[in-house]
Amino acid sequence: MAINLKPGTRLFSAVCTTEMIVVKASGADADVTIGGVAPVTAAADRDGSGSVVDGHGGGASMGKRYVDVEGAFELLCTKPGDGVPALDGVLFELKDAKPLPASD
Amino acid sequence: MHLASLVEMVESGFDDRVLLGTADTLVTGTAFGQLVRAGASTVGDKTAIVYAGENHPLLPIALFSAAWAGVPFIPVNYRLEDHHLNSLIARQPGALVLADAATAPRIACDGPVTVFDDWLNSLPADPPVIEPPFDDDEIAVVLYTSGTTSEPKSALLRHRHLMAYLLGSVEFGGAGPEEAVLVSVPPYHIAGLANMLSNTFAGRRLVYLRSFDPELWLETVRGEAITNAMVVPTMLARIVKSLGGCTANVPTLRSLSYGGARVAERVLTDALRLFPDTGFVNAYGLTETASTIAVLGPDDHRAAVSSDDPAIRRRLSSAGQVLPMVEIEIRDEYDEPLPAGEFGMIYLRGEQVSGEYATGSVLDAEGWFCTKDRGSVDADGYLFIEGRSDDTIIRGGENIAPAEIEEVLLAHQAVAEACVVGIPDDEWGQVIQAAVVLRDGEHVDPDDLREHVRSALRGSKTPDRIVIKHQLPHTETGKMLRRLVLAELAESE
Repeated sequence: MAINLKPGTRLFSAVCTTEMIVVKASGADADVTIGGVAPVTAAADRDGSGSVVDGHGGGASMGKRYVDVEGAFELLCTKPGDGVPALDGVLFELKDAKPLPASD
Repeated sequence: MHLASLVEMVESGFDDRVLLGTADTLVTGTAFGQLVRAGASTVGDKTAIVYAGENHPLLPIALFSAAWAGVPFIPVNYRLEDHHLNSLIARQPGALVLADAATAPRIACDGPVTVFDDWLNSLPADPPVIEPPFDDDEIAVVLYTSGTTSEPKSALLRHRHLMAYLLGSVEFGGAGPEEAVLVSVPPYHIAGLANMLSNTFAGRRLVYLRSFDPELWLETVRGEAITNAMVVPTMLARIVKSLGGCTANVPTLRSLSYGGARVAERVLTDALRLFPDTGFVNAYGLTETASTIAVLGPDDHRAAVSSDDPAIRRRLSSAGQVLPMVEIEIRDEYDEPLPAGEFGMIYLRGEQVSGEYATGSVLDAEGWFCTKDRGSVDADGYLFIEGRSDDTIIRGGENIAPAEIEEVLLAHQAVAEACVVGIPDDEWGQVIQAAVVLRDGEHVDPDDLREHVRSALRGSKTPDRIVIKHQLPHTETGKMLRRLVLAELAESE
Protein backbone atom coordinates (compact mmCIF):
# COMPACT_ATOMS: atom_id res chain seq x y z
CA MET A 1 0.00 0.00 0.00
CA ALA A 2 1.52 3.29 -1.05
CA ILE A 3 1.86 6.10 1.50
CA ASN A 4 2.43 9.75 0.68
CA LEU A 5 5.78 10.62 2.25
CA LYS A 6 6.65 14.22 3.09
CA PRO A 7 9.23 15.58 5.55
CA GLY A 8 7.56 15.31 8.95
CA THR A 9 5.31 12.34 8.06
CA ARG A 10 5.30 9.90 10.96
CA LEU A 11 5.37 6.14 10.43
CA PHE A 12 4.39 3.70 13.18
CA SER A 13 5.22 0.05 12.62
CA ALA A 14 2.06 -2.04 12.62
CA VAL A 15 3.94 -5.07 13.94
CA CYS A 16 6.53 -3.85 16.47
CA THR A 17 7.52 -0.78 18.54
CA THR A 18 9.54 0.95 15.78
CA GLU A 19 8.56 4.57 15.06
CA MET A 20 10.08 6.67 12.26
CA ILE A 21 9.75 10.22 10.98
CA VAL A 22 10.38 11.18 7.36
CA VAL A 23 13.33 13.58 7.16
CA LYS A 24 13.73 13.75 3.40
CA ALA A 25 11.23 12.87 0.69
CA SER A 26 10.06 14.06 -2.68
CA GLY A 27 6.40 14.25 -1.59
CA ALA A 28 5.60 11.28 -3.84
CA ASP A 29 3.71 8.14 -2.86
CA ALA A 30 5.95 5.24 -1.90
CA ASP A 31 5.45 1.57 -1.13
CA VAL A 32 7.18 1.67 2.24
CA THR A 33 7.10 -0.99 4.98
CA ILE A 34 8.47 -1.33 8.50
CA GLY A 35 9.10 -4.88 9.66
CA GLY A 36 7.85 -5.99 6.25
CA VAL A 37 4.32 -4.64 6.78
CA ALA A 38 2.82 -1.30 5.74
CA PRO A 39 3.08 1.09 8.71
CA VAL A 40 0.30 3.34 9.99
CA THR A 41 0.59 7.13 10.21
CA ALA A 42 -1.06 7.54 13.62
CA ALA A 43 -0.35 5.62 16.82
CA ALA A 44 -4.10 5.10 17.36
CA ASP A 45 -4.35 3.11 14.12
CA ARG A 46 -2.12 0.31 15.42
CA ASP A 47 -4.22 -2.82 15.97
CA GLY A 48 -1.47 -4.92 17.59
CA SER A 49 -1.88 -7.86 15.23
CA GLY A 50 0.74 -9.42 12.97
CA SER A 51 4.48 -9.87 13.38
CA VAL A 52 7.74 -8.82 11.76
CA VAL A 53 8.31 -10.59 8.42
CA ASP A 54 11.48 -12.69 8.11
CA GLY A 55 14.32 -10.60 6.73
CA HIS A 56 12.73 -7.32 7.90
CA GLY A 57 13.84 -7.53 11.56
CA GLY A 58 17.15 -7.09 13.29
CA GLY A 59 16.41 -3.81 14.96
CA ALA A 60 16.01 -0.11 14.19
CA SER A 61 18.02 2.07 16.59
CA MET A 62 17.07 5.38 18.20
CA GLY A 63 18.30 8.45 16.33
CA LYS A 64 19.71 6.48 13.39
CA ARG A 65 18.94 7.51 9.82
CA TYR A 66 17.84 5.10 7.14
CA VAL A 67 18.08 5.83 3.40
CA ASP A 68 16.72 3.90 0.42
CA VAL A 69 19.18 2.67 -2.20
CA GLU A 70 18.27 5.49 -4.59
CA GLY A 71 18.75 8.10 -1.85
CA ALA A 72 15.26 9.53 -2.48
CA PHE A 73 13.92 8.97 1.04
CA GLU A 74 15.47 9.35 4.47
CA LEU A 75 13.82 8.17 7.69
CA LEU A 76 14.89 8.90 11.27
CA CYS A 77 14.11 6.41 14.02
CA THR A 78 12.38 8.07 16.98
CA LYS A 79 11.54 4.86 18.85
CA PRO A 80 13.55 1.68 18.51
CA GLY A 81 12.01 -1.66 17.64
CA ASP A 82 12.68 -4.95 15.87
CA GLY A 83 11.34 -4.00 12.43
CA VAL A 84 13.44 -2.09 9.90
CA PRO A 85 12.16 -0.04 6.94
CA ALA A 86 12.04 -1.10 3.30
CA LEU A 87 10.98 0.48 0.00
CA ASP A 88 9.40 -1.78 -2.64
CA GLY A 89 10.59 -4.74 -0.57
CA VAL A 90 14.26 -3.59 -0.52
CA LEU A 91 15.65 -2.74 2.95
CA PHE A 92 16.78 0.82 3.65
CA GLU A 93 20.48 1.22 4.46
CA LEU A 94 21.78 2.61 7.73
CA LYS A 95 23.27 6.04 7.04
CA ASP A 96 26.79 6.47 8.29
CA ALA A 97 27.12 9.71 10.27
CA LYS A 98 30.17 10.97 12.08
CA PRO A 99 29.06 12.57 15.36
CA LEU A 100 30.11 16.18 15.90
CA PRO A 101 31.09 17.57 19.30
CA ALA A 102 28.19 19.22 21.15
CA SER A 103 28.63 22.94 20.56
CA ASP A 104 25.56 24.33 22.30
CA MET B 1 10.91 20.01 8.50
CA HIS B 2 8.99 22.03 11.08
CA LEU B 3 9.71 22.48 14.80
CA ALA B 4 6.27 20.98 15.51
CA SER B 5 7.69 17.72 14.13
CA LEU B 6 10.38 17.95 16.79
CA VAL B 7 7.65 18.06 19.45
CA GLU B 8 6.23 14.82 18.04
CA MET B 9 9.72 13.28 17.96
CA VAL B 10 10.21 14.23 21.61
CA GLU B 11 6.91 12.57 22.54
CA SER B 12 7.87 9.44 20.62
CA GLY B 13 11.51 9.10 21.63
CA PHE B 14 11.71 10.63 25.09
CA ASP B 15 8.27 9.78 26.53
CA ASP B 16 9.61 8.97 30.01
CA ARG B 17 12.91 10.84 29.85
CA VAL B 18 13.23 14.04 31.93
CA LEU B 19 13.99 16.95 29.56
CA LEU B 20 13.24 20.08 31.57
CA GLY B 21 12.71 21.43 35.00
CA THR B 22 14.16 21.52 38.47
CA ALA B 23 13.78 18.96 41.27
CA ASP B 24 10.17 19.96 42.05
CA THR B 25 8.95 20.31 38.47
CA LEU B 26 10.44 17.56 36.30
CA VAL B 27 9.07 17.51 32.75
CA THR B 28 9.29 14.28 30.74
CA GLY B 29 8.89 14.10 26.98
CA THR B 30 5.23 13.19 27.41
CA ALA B 31 4.58 16.15 29.73
CA PHE B 32 6.57 18.37 27.36
CA GLY B 33 4.15 17.53 24.55
CA GLN B 34 1.11 18.17 26.76
CA LEU B 35 2.45 21.56 27.89
CA VAL B 36 3.25 22.59 24.30
CA ARG B 37 -0.25 21.66 23.07
CA ALA B 38 -1.80 23.55 25.99
CA GLY B 39 0.50 26.54 25.39
CA ALA B 40 -0.36 26.62 21.69
CA SER B 41 -4.08 26.71 22.55
CA THR B 42 -3.61 30.07 24.29
CA VAL B 43 -2.25 31.76 21.15
CA GLY B 44 -5.60 32.12 19.34
CA ASP B 45 -5.36 34.89 16.75
CA LYS B 46 -2.19 36.40 18.24
CA THR B 47 0.56 37.05 15.70
CA ALA B 48 3.55 35.79 17.71
CA ILE B 49 4.79 34.85 21.17
CA VAL B 50 7.12 37.56 22.49
CA TYR B 51 9.17 36.73 25.60
CA ALA B 52 10.92 39.44 27.62
CA GLY B 53 12.73 38.09 30.65
CA GLU B 54 15.46 36.05 32.25
CA ASN B 55 16.08 32.40 31.58
CA HIS B 56 13.39 30.13 32.99
CA PRO B 57 13.44 26.33 33.50
CA LEU B 58 10.39 25.92 31.25
CA LEU B 59 11.23 28.54 28.62
CA PRO B 60 11.38 25.96 25.78
CA ILE B 61 7.63 25.47 26.29
CA ALA B 62 7.07 29.04 25.02
CA LEU B 63 9.26 28.44 21.96
CA PHE B 64 7.58 25.17 21.00
CA SER B 65 4.06 26.44 21.80
CA ALA B 66 4.65 29.20 19.23
CA ALA B 67 5.82 26.61 16.69
CA TRP B 68 2.82 24.36 17.34
CA ALA B 69 0.46 27.33 16.95
CA GLY B 70 2.23 28.38 13.74
CA VAL B 71 3.46 31.80 14.93
CA PRO B 72 7.01 33.11 15.43
CA PHE B 73 8.76 33.07 18.81
CA ILE B 74 10.42 36.41 19.53
CA PRO B 75 12.68 36.59 22.60
CA VAL B 76 13.74 40.18 23.31
CA ASN B 77 16.50 41.65 25.45
CA TYR B 78 14.86 42.56 28.76
CA ARG B 79 18.02 44.37 29.83
CA LEU B 80 17.45 47.15 27.29
CA GLU B 81 16.24 50.49 28.57
CA ASP B 82 12.43 50.71 28.72
CA HIS B 83 11.97 52.73 25.53
CA HIS B 84 14.25 50.40 23.52
CA LEU B 85 12.55 47.31 24.93
CA ASN B 86 9.11 48.72 24.12
CA SER B 87 10.13 49.74 20.62
CA LEU B 88 11.22 46.15 19.88
CA ILE B 89 7.92 44.77 21.25
CA ALA B 90 5.99 47.35 19.21
CA ARG B 91 7.55 45.93 16.04
CA GLN B 92 5.27 42.90 16.48
CA PRO B 93 1.70 44.21 16.93
CA GLY B 94 -0.92 41.77 18.22
CA ALA B 95 1.55 39.40 19.87
CA LEU B 96 1.02 37.31 22.99
CA VAL B 97 3.49 39.08 25.29
CA LEU B 98 5.04 36.99 28.08
CA ALA B 99 7.52 38.42 30.56
CA ASP B 100 9.20 37.64 33.84
CA ALA B 101 7.75 39.28 36.97
CA ALA B 102 10.40 42.00 37.09
CA THR B 103 10.07 42.95 33.42
CA ALA B 104 6.27 42.82 32.99
CA PRO B 105 5.55 46.20 34.68
CA ARG B 106 8.08 47.90 32.38
CA ILE B 107 6.23 46.94 29.20
CA ALA B 108 3.75 49.26 27.50
CA CYS B 109 2.22 47.70 24.39
CA ASP B 110 -1.06 47.35 22.49
CA GLY B 111 -2.33 44.42 24.58
CA PRO B 112 -2.01 42.70 27.96
CA VAL B 113 1.31 41.44 29.31
CA THR B 114 1.28 38.05 31.06
CA VAL B 115 3.84 36.93 33.61
CA PHE B 116 5.36 33.70 32.29
CA ASP B 117 4.79 31.76 35.54
CA ASP B 118 1.13 32.85 35.57
CA TRP B 119 0.77 31.73 31.94
CA LEU B 120 2.24 28.30 32.78
CA ASN B 121 0.01 27.93 35.84
CA SER B 122 -3.15 28.79 33.89
CA LEU B 123 -2.58 26.45 30.92
CA PRO B 124 -5.71 24.37 30.26
CA ALA B 125 -5.54 20.72 31.39
CA ASP B 126 -7.63 19.57 28.43
CA PRO B 127 -6.84 21.94 25.55
CA PRO B 128 -8.65 21.87 22.21
CA VAL B 129 -6.77 19.92 19.53
CA ILE B 130 -4.75 22.14 17.22
CA GLU B 131 -3.29 20.79 14.00
CA PRO B 132 0.08 22.52 13.46
CA PRO B 133 0.60 24.01 9.98
CA PHE B 134 3.86 22.03 9.39
CA ASP B 135 4.91 24.49 6.63
CA ASP B 136 8.67 24.69 7.14
CA ASP B 137 8.96 27.88 5.09
CA GLU B 138 7.19 29.81 7.88
CA ILE B 139 9.16 32.02 10.28
CA ALA B 140 10.00 30.12 13.47
CA VAL B 141 12.03 32.68 15.38
CA VAL B 142 12.85 36.37 15.11
CA LEU B 143 16.05 37.47 16.87
CA TYR B 144 17.43 40.96 17.19
CA THR B 145 21.15 41.08 16.39
CA SER B 146 23.29 42.61 19.12
CA GLY B 147 24.21 45.63 17.03
CA THR B 148 27.83 46.13 18.14
CA THR B 149 28.46 48.42 15.19
CA SER B 150 24.95 49.58 14.24
CA GLU B 151 21.30 49.52 15.32
CA PRO B 152 19.76 46.06 16.06
CA LYS B 153 18.31 44.27 13.03
CA SER B 154 15.58 41.64 13.20
CA ALA B 155 16.96 38.39 11.78
CA LEU B 156 14.41 35.85 10.55
CA LEU B 157 14.95 32.14 11.03
CA ARG B 158 12.51 29.83 9.26
CA HIS B 159 11.69 26.32 10.45
CA ARG B 160 13.72 24.80 7.62
CA HIS B 161 16.88 26.67 8.72
CA LEU B 162 16.65 25.54 12.32
CA MET B 163 15.77 21.93 11.47
CA ALA B 164 18.59 21.80 8.87
CA TYR B 165 21.02 22.80 11.61
CA LEU B 166 19.67 20.17 14.01
CA LEU B 167 19.50 17.34 11.47
CA GLY B 168 22.95 18.21 10.18
CA SER B 169 24.85 18.55 13.43
CA VAL B 170 23.05 16.84 16.32
CA GLU B 171 22.16 13.16 16.71
CA PHE B 172 18.52 12.71 17.78
CA GLY B 173 18.58 11.03 21.20
CA GLY B 174 22.38 11.15 21.10
CA ALA B 175 22.61 12.13 24.79
CA GLY B 176 22.52 9.50 27.50
CA PRO B 177 19.61 9.71 29.97
CA GLU B 178 21.98 10.95 32.70
CA GLU B 179 23.16 13.95 30.65
CA ALA B 180 22.25 17.51 31.63
CA VAL B 181 23.30 20.83 30.12
CA LEU B 182 23.66 24.07 32.05
CA VAL B 183 22.40 27.08 30.10
CA SER B 184 23.67 30.47 31.18
CA VAL B 185 23.49 32.40 27.92
CA PRO B 186 20.47 34.71 27.64
CA PRO B 187 17.33 33.52 25.83
CA TYR B 188 17.30 36.38 23.30
CA HIS B 189 20.70 35.36 21.92
CA ILE B 190 21.19 32.79 19.14
CA ALA B 191 23.31 30.69 21.52
CA GLY B 192 20.42 30.55 24.02
CA LEU B 193 18.01 29.53 21.27
CA ALA B 194 20.44 26.92 19.92
CA ASN B 195 20.88 25.57 23.48
CA MET B 196 17.13 24.95 23.71
CA LEU B 197 16.86 23.31 20.30
CA SER B 198 20.02 21.16 20.21
CA ASN B 199 19.62 19.75 23.69
CA THR B 200 15.93 19.01 23.23
CA PHE B 201 16.86 17.22 19.99
CA ALA B 202 19.67 15.30 21.70
CA GLY B 203 17.42 14.38 24.65
CA ARG B 204 19.64 16.18 27.14
CA ARG B 205 17.99 17.75 30.21
CA LEU B 206 18.12 21.56 30.18
CA VAL B 207 19.07 23.24 33.46
CA TYR B 208 18.93 27.02 33.54
CA LEU B 209 20.89 29.65 35.44
CA ARG B 210 18.54 32.62 35.65
CA SER B 211 21.49 34.95 35.41
CA PHE B 212 25.20 34.25 35.38
CA ASP B 213 27.50 34.24 38.39
CA PRO B 214 30.74 32.20 38.38
CA GLU B 215 30.37 30.74 41.91
CA LEU B 216 26.74 29.81 41.28
CA TRP B 217 27.72 28.29 37.93
CA LEU B 218 30.32 26.01 39.58
CA GLU B 219 27.93 25.09 42.41
CA THR B 220 25.19 24.22 39.93
CA VAL B 221 27.53 22.08 37.80
CA ARG B 222 28.39 20.08 40.94
CA GLY B 223 24.88 20.02 42.46
CA GLU B 224 22.97 19.07 39.30
CA ALA B 225 25.67 16.66 37.99
CA ILE B 226 25.95 18.77 34.83
CA THR B 227 27.64 16.99 31.89
CA ASN B 228 27.60 19.79 29.28
CA ALA B 229 27.72 23.56 29.40
CA MET B 230 28.04 26.50 27.05
CA VAL B 231 29.48 29.87 28.07
CA VAL B 232 30.57 33.07 26.37
CA PRO B 233 34.21 34.15 26.76
CA THR B 234 33.56 36.74 29.49
CA MET B 235 31.87 34.01 31.55
CA LEU B 236 34.82 31.67 30.98
CA ALA B 237 37.20 34.41 32.12
CA ARG B 238 35.13 35.01 35.27
CA ILE B 239 34.96 31.27 36.07
CA VAL B 240 38.74 30.94 35.64
CA LYS B 241 39.29 33.99 37.83
CA SER B 242 37.00 32.69 40.59
CA LEU B 243 38.92 29.40 40.72
CA GLY B 244 41.99 31.35 41.86
CA GLY B 245 44.39 28.85 40.27
CA CYS B 246 42.76 25.75 41.85
CA THR B 247 41.59 22.90 39.67
CA ALA B 248 37.81 22.95 39.20
CA ASN B 249 36.23 20.05 41.05
CA VAL B 250 33.60 19.13 38.44
CA PRO B 251 33.85 15.37 37.85
CA THR B 252 30.64 15.14 35.81
CA LEU B 253 31.45 17.92 33.32
CA ARG B 254 32.40 16.26 30.01
CA SER B 255 32.00 19.13 27.59
CA LEU B 256 32.41 22.88 27.94
CA SER B 257 31.75 24.87 24.80
CA TYR B 258 32.39 28.55 24.31
CA GLY B 259 31.68 31.04 21.57
CA GLY B 260 30.02 34.33 20.76
CA ALA B 261 33.17 36.45 20.85
CA ARG B 262 36.94 36.16 20.80
CA VAL B 263 38.53 34.48 23.83
CA ALA B 264 41.94 35.58 25.11
CA GLU B 265 44.48 32.79 24.66
CA ARG B 266 45.64 33.15 28.25
CA VAL B 267 42.11 32.54 29.56
CA LEU B 268 41.79 29.46 27.37
CA THR B 269 45.13 27.90 28.38
CA ASP B 270 44.29 28.56 32.05
CA ALA B 271 40.87 26.98 31.57
CA LEU B 272 42.34 23.90 29.90
CA ARG B 273 44.69 23.50 32.89
CA LEU B 274 41.98 24.03 35.53
CA PHE B 275 39.47 21.70 33.80
CA PRO B 276 41.83 18.80 32.99
CA ASP B 277 39.11 16.20 32.43
CA THR B 278 36.66 18.35 30.45
CA GLY B 279 36.50 18.45 26.66
CA PHE B 280 36.56 22.00 25.25
CA VAL B 281 34.60 22.99 22.17
CA ASN B 282 34.85 26.34 20.40
CA ALA B 283 31.84 27.15 18.27
CA TYR B 284 31.59 29.91 15.66
CA GLY B 285 28.33 30.96 14.15
CA LEU B 286 26.01 33.89 13.61
CA THR B 287 22.38 34.64 14.25
CA GLU B 288 21.87 34.68 10.47
CA THR B 289 23.33 31.17 10.07
CA ALA B 290 21.01 29.55 12.68
CA SER B 291 23.95 29.25 15.09
CA THR B 292 27.10 27.11 14.79
CA ILE B 293 28.79 26.66 11.42
CA ALA B 294 32.29 25.68 12.61
CA VAL B 295 33.60 23.78 15.64
CA LEU B 296 37.00 23.18 17.21
CA GLY B 297 36.64 19.94 19.15
CA PRO B 298 38.20 18.61 22.39
CA ASP B 299 40.98 16.64 20.68
CA ASP B 300 42.03 19.70 18.68
CA HIS B 301 42.24 21.74 21.89
CA ARG B 302 44.43 19.23 23.75
CA ALA B 303 46.63 18.63 20.69
CA ALA B 304 47.14 22.38 20.20
CA VAL B 305 47.95 23.21 23.81
CA SER B 306 50.52 20.42 24.10
CA SER B 307 52.18 20.97 20.70
CA ASP B 308 55.50 22.69 19.97
CA ASP B 309 54.60 22.99 16.28
CA PRO B 310 53.45 26.60 15.76
CA ALA B 311 50.98 25.54 13.02
CA ILE B 312 49.24 23.12 15.44
CA ARG B 313 49.58 25.40 18.47
CA ARG B 314 47.95 28.21 16.51
CA ARG B 315 44.73 26.17 16.22
CA LEU B 316 43.94 27.10 19.81
CA SER B 317 42.83 30.45 18.40
CA SER B 318 40.92 28.82 15.54
CA ALA B 319 37.16 28.39 15.21
CA GLY B 320 37.83 24.85 13.99
CA GLN B 321 36.49 23.12 10.93
CA VAL B 322 33.33 24.06 9.05
CA LEU B 323 30.35 21.70 9.51
CA PRO B 324 30.00 19.17 6.66
CA MET B 325 26.72 20.64 5.38
CA VAL B 326 27.99 24.23 5.19
CA GLU B 327 30.13 25.65 2.36
CA ILE B 328 32.65 28.42 2.98
CA GLU B 329 34.52 30.83 0.72
CA ILE B 330 37.05 33.49 1.64
CA ARG B 331 36.88 36.34 -0.89
CA ASP B 332 38.98 39.38 -1.67
CA GLU B 333 37.64 42.92 -2.19
CA TYR B 334 36.76 42.08 -5.82
CA ASP B 335 34.61 39.11 -4.67
CA GLU B 336 37.17 36.60 -5.97
CA PRO B 337 37.82 33.45 -3.88
CA LEU B 338 41.17 33.48 -2.07
CA PRO B 339 43.51 30.51 -1.61
CA ALA B 340 44.07 28.73 1.72
CA GLY B 341 45.76 30.81 4.40
CA GLU B 342 44.81 34.24 3.04
CA PHE B 343 42.54 36.60 4.94
CA GLY B 344 39.40 38.00 3.38
CA MET B 345 35.64 38.25 3.78
CA ILE B 346 33.88 35.07 4.97
CA TYR B 347 30.99 33.87 2.79
CA LEU B 348 28.76 30.94 3.79
CA ARG B 349 26.15 28.84 2.04
CA GLY B 350 23.95 25.97 3.23
CA GLU B 351 20.45 24.91 4.22
CA GLN B 352 20.81 26.39 7.71
CA VAL B 353 21.99 29.78 6.39
CA SER B 354 19.08 32.23 6.53
CA GLY B 355 20.73 35.55 5.71
CA GLU B 356 17.34 37.20 5.96
CA TYR B 357 16.09 40.22 7.89
CA ALA B 358 12.65 41.76 8.24
CA THR B 359 13.82 44.13 5.49
CA GLY B 360 14.59 41.28 3.07
CA SER B 361 17.11 38.60 2.17
CA VAL B 362 20.76 39.53 1.70
CA LEU B 363 21.75 36.20 0.10
CA ASP B 364 23.30 36.65 -3.35
CA ALA B 365 21.92 34.98 -6.49
CA GLU B 366 23.91 31.79 -5.76
CA GLY B 367 22.70 31.65 -2.14
CA TRP B 368 25.91 32.93 -0.50
CA PHE B 369 25.71 34.96 2.70
CA CYS B 370 28.33 37.62 3.37
CA THR B 371 29.04 37.38 7.12
CA LYS B 372 30.91 40.72 7.24
CA ASP B 373 33.43 38.80 9.35
CA ARG B 374 36.97 38.55 8.05
CA GLY B 375 38.94 35.34 8.33
CA SER B 376 41.02 32.67 6.65
CA VAL B 377 40.91 28.90 6.21
CA ASP B 378 44.24 27.07 6.40
CA ALA B 379 45.31 24.11 4.24
CA ASP B 380 43.84 21.66 6.79
CA GLY B 381 40.45 23.40 6.83
CA TYR B 382 40.79 25.30 10.12
CA LEU B 383 38.94 28.60 10.17
CA PHE B 384 40.52 31.66 11.78
CA ILE B 385 38.32 34.66 12.56
CA GLU B 386 40.01 38.04 12.36
CA GLY B 387 37.03 40.19 13.33
CA ARG B 388 34.21 42.25 11.86
CA SER B 389 35.09 43.88 8.56
CA ASP B 390 33.37 47.05 9.84
CA ASP B 391 36.04 47.18 12.57
CA THR B 392 38.93 47.16 10.10
CA ILE B 393 41.04 50.27 10.52
CA ILE B 394 42.33 51.90 7.34
CA ARG B 395 45.35 54.01 8.27
CA GLY B 396 47.09 55.74 5.39
CA GLY B 397 45.63 53.19 2.95
CA GLU B 398 46.81 50.20 5.01
CA ASN B 399 44.14 47.76 6.28
CA ILE B 400 44.73 46.92 9.92
CA ALA B 401 42.74 44.34 11.91
CA PRO B 402 42.19 45.52 15.50
CA ALA B 403 42.35 41.88 16.66
CA GLU B 404 46.02 41.60 15.77
CA ILE B 405 46.95 44.57 17.94
CA GLU B 406 44.57 43.49 20.72
CA GLU B 407 46.23 40.07 20.88
CA VAL B 408 49.62 41.74 21.42
CA LEU B 409 48.22 44.04 24.12
CA LEU B 410 46.52 41.09 25.87
CA ALA B 411 49.82 39.19 25.88
CA HIS B 412 51.24 41.92 28.18
CA GLN B 413 51.30 40.83 31.82
CA ALA B 414 49.41 43.93 33.03
CA VAL B 415 46.54 43.92 30.51
CA ALA B 416 43.18 42.25 31.19
CA GLU B 417 41.12 43.71 28.33
CA ALA B 418 41.92 45.68 25.19
CA CYS B 419 39.92 47.41 22.47
CA VAL B 420 41.61 48.95 19.44
CA VAL B 421 39.66 51.35 17.20
CA GLY B 422 40.24 53.74 14.30
CA ILE B 423 39.61 57.41 15.05
CA PRO B 424 38.86 59.69 12.06
CA ASP B 425 41.91 61.76 11.16
CA ASP B 426 42.43 64.40 8.46
CA GLU B 427 45.93 63.29 7.59
CA TRP B 428 45.77 59.48 7.83
CA GLY B 429 42.07 58.83 7.24
CA GLN B 430 42.07 56.96 10.55
CA VAL B 431 44.56 56.73 13.38
CA ILE B 432 44.85 53.86 15.82
CA GLN B 433 43.84 54.31 19.44
CA ALA B 434 43.37 51.76 22.19
CA ALA B 435 41.52 51.52 25.47
CA VAL B 436 42.78 48.93 27.96
CA VAL B 437 41.72 47.63 31.36
CA LEU B 438 44.54 46.50 33.63
CA ARG B 439 44.55 43.32 35.70
CA ASP B 440 43.92 43.75 39.43
CA GLY B 441 46.93 45.29 41.22
CA GLU B 442 48.88 45.99 38.00
CA HIS B 443 50.25 49.37 36.92
CA VAL B 444 51.81 50.28 33.61
CA ASP B 445 52.72 53.43 31.70
CA PRO B 446 50.78 53.72 28.41
CA ASP B 447 54.05 54.57 26.66
CA ASP B 448 55.49 51.24 27.81
CA LEU B 449 52.47 49.50 26.32
CA ARG B 450 53.00 51.35 23.01
CA GLU B 451 56.63 50.20 23.04
CA HIS B 452 55.45 46.64 23.73
CA VAL B 453 53.25 46.77 20.60
CA ARG B 454 55.95 48.41 18.49
CA SER B 455 58.45 45.67 19.37
CA ALA B 456 55.96 42.92 18.44
CA LEU B 457 54.43 44.49 15.31
CA ARG B 458 55.69 47.71 13.74
CA GLY B 459 55.31 51.45 13.90
CA SER B 460 52.27 51.73 11.60
CA LYS B 461 50.37 49.26 13.79
CA THR B 462 51.30 50.94 17.08
CA PRO B 463 48.41 52.87 18.64
CA ASP B 464 48.99 56.63 18.59
CA ARG B 465 47.29 56.78 21.96
CA ILE B 466 46.49 54.20 24.65
CA VAL B 467 44.03 55.12 27.39
CA ILE B 468 43.69 53.10 30.62
CA LYS B 469 40.09 52.53 31.72
CA HIS B 470 38.41 50.89 34.72
CA GLN B 471 36.12 48.93 32.42
CA LEU B 472 35.05 48.58 28.78
CA PRO B 473 31.46 48.30 27.52
CA HIS B 474 30.27 44.86 26.39
CA THR B 475 27.03 43.22 25.31
CA GLU B 476 25.76 40.61 27.82
CA THR B 477 27.31 37.92 25.65
CA GLY B 478 30.76 39.45 25.86
CA LYS B 479 31.01 41.25 22.54
CA MET B 480 32.91 44.51 22.88
CA LEU B 481 30.71 47.51 22.08
CA ARG B 482 33.30 49.11 19.83
CA ARG B 483 31.14 51.99 18.70
CA LEU B 484 30.88 53.17 22.33
CA VAL B 485 34.63 52.82 22.92
CA LEU B 486 35.28 54.70 19.69
CA ALA B 487 32.84 57.49 20.59
CA GLU B 488 34.42 57.90 24.03
CA LEU B 489 37.98 58.01 22.70
CA ALA B 490 37.07 60.43 19.91
CA GLU B 491 35.33 62.71 22.40
CA SER B 492 38.19 62.71 24.90
CA GLU B 493 40.86 63.74 22.40
